[in-house]
Amino acid sequence: MPTSPGLFYQVHFYLFGLLAIASALAFVTRKSPVSAALWLVSVLFNLAALYVMMGAHFVGVIQVLVYAGAIMVVFLFVVMLLNLGHPDELSDIRGTWGRLAAGLVGLALLAQVMVLARTRFTPRLQPPTNPVFGGPPDRGAVGTVAHPLFTEHLLAFELTSILLLAAIVGAVTIGKRRAAA
Amino acid sequence: MIPEALALSAVLFTIGTIGVLTRRNAIMIFMCVELMLNAVNLSFVALSNVYGVTGQVFVVFVMTVAAAEAAVGLAIIIAVFRHGQSVNLKNINLLKG
Repeated sequence: MPTSPGLFYQVHFYLFGLLAIASALAFVTRKSPVSAALWLVSVLFNLAALYVMMGAHFVGVIQVLVYAGAIMVVFLFVVMLLNLGHPDELSDIRGTWGRLAAGLVGLALLAQVMVLARTRFTPRLQPPTNPVFGGPPDRGAVGTVAHPLFTEHLLAFELTSILLLAAIVGAVTIGKRRAAA
Repeated sequence: MIPEALALSAVLFTIGTIGVLTRRNAIMIFMCVELMLNAVNLSFVALSNVYGVTGQVFVVFVMTVAAAEAAVGLAIIIAVFRHGQSVNLKNINLLKG
C-alpha cells in the first residue's frame, strides 16, 4: 500500500468496497441458494481485489483460488446434490420478529464498532502513528507470506495439516451412508 | 485507507450476522458464516500494513480453518438432509425444549 494513495487508488478502493457491500446485501436477500452463492463469489472477488490493493498479493490469489474456486464450488455442489435450487419451496427467511431482532443485533454490532472507533485506548493498544513496518521486505509475493510461515509459525503450520486430516476423516465418516457402514 | 478497510470489514461482518439470524436454510447460514470469516480476513490484511506480515499469515490459517469447516459442515448438512429430507432449520428442532 502506498504511503500517500493517489486519486486513482482511492477511487478503485471505494469502488471495490461499495461493490463488495452491494454484493453482500444482494447475497443475504436472495431466496435461491444458487444465486446467493454467486453473489457471495462476487463479494469474494471484490475482497481479493482489495487484498491486492493493500499489498497482500499472495492472499489475494489464494482468496480467488481457495475461496471462490474451491469452497464455493463445494457449496454449489451440495446445493445441486440435495436438489435445493427451487426457490418457491424455500420460504427460508424468518418472519417479522426474526427480521426485527436481526436488525437490532446488526445495529448493536455497528454501534459497538462506532464506539470502539471513538474510544481512547491505552498506548499499548493504539496502532503506531508511524508504522513500525514499512512494507513487505522484498521477497516477492509468495516469499512475503512463506518466510514467516516456515520460520516463526512453523509449528502452527504443521498442526494445520493435522486439522485438515481430521477434517477429511470427519467429513468422510459423517457423510457416509449408514447402510454401507 | 486502513480506517476505510476496517469500516468495510465491520459492515460485511454485520451483514453476515444479519444473514445468520434471518435465514433458516442451513446452507445459507453456512455461507453467511463464510462471509463473516472473510470480513475478519479483511481486517487482518488491513492491519498487516501496520503491524507486519503476521496478519497475512493468519489469513492463510483462517482460510484453512474455513475450508475444514466447510467440508465437515456440509457433510453434516448432507447427513441431516438424509435423515429428515430437509435443510430448513424449522424442521430440525429435536433439541428445542
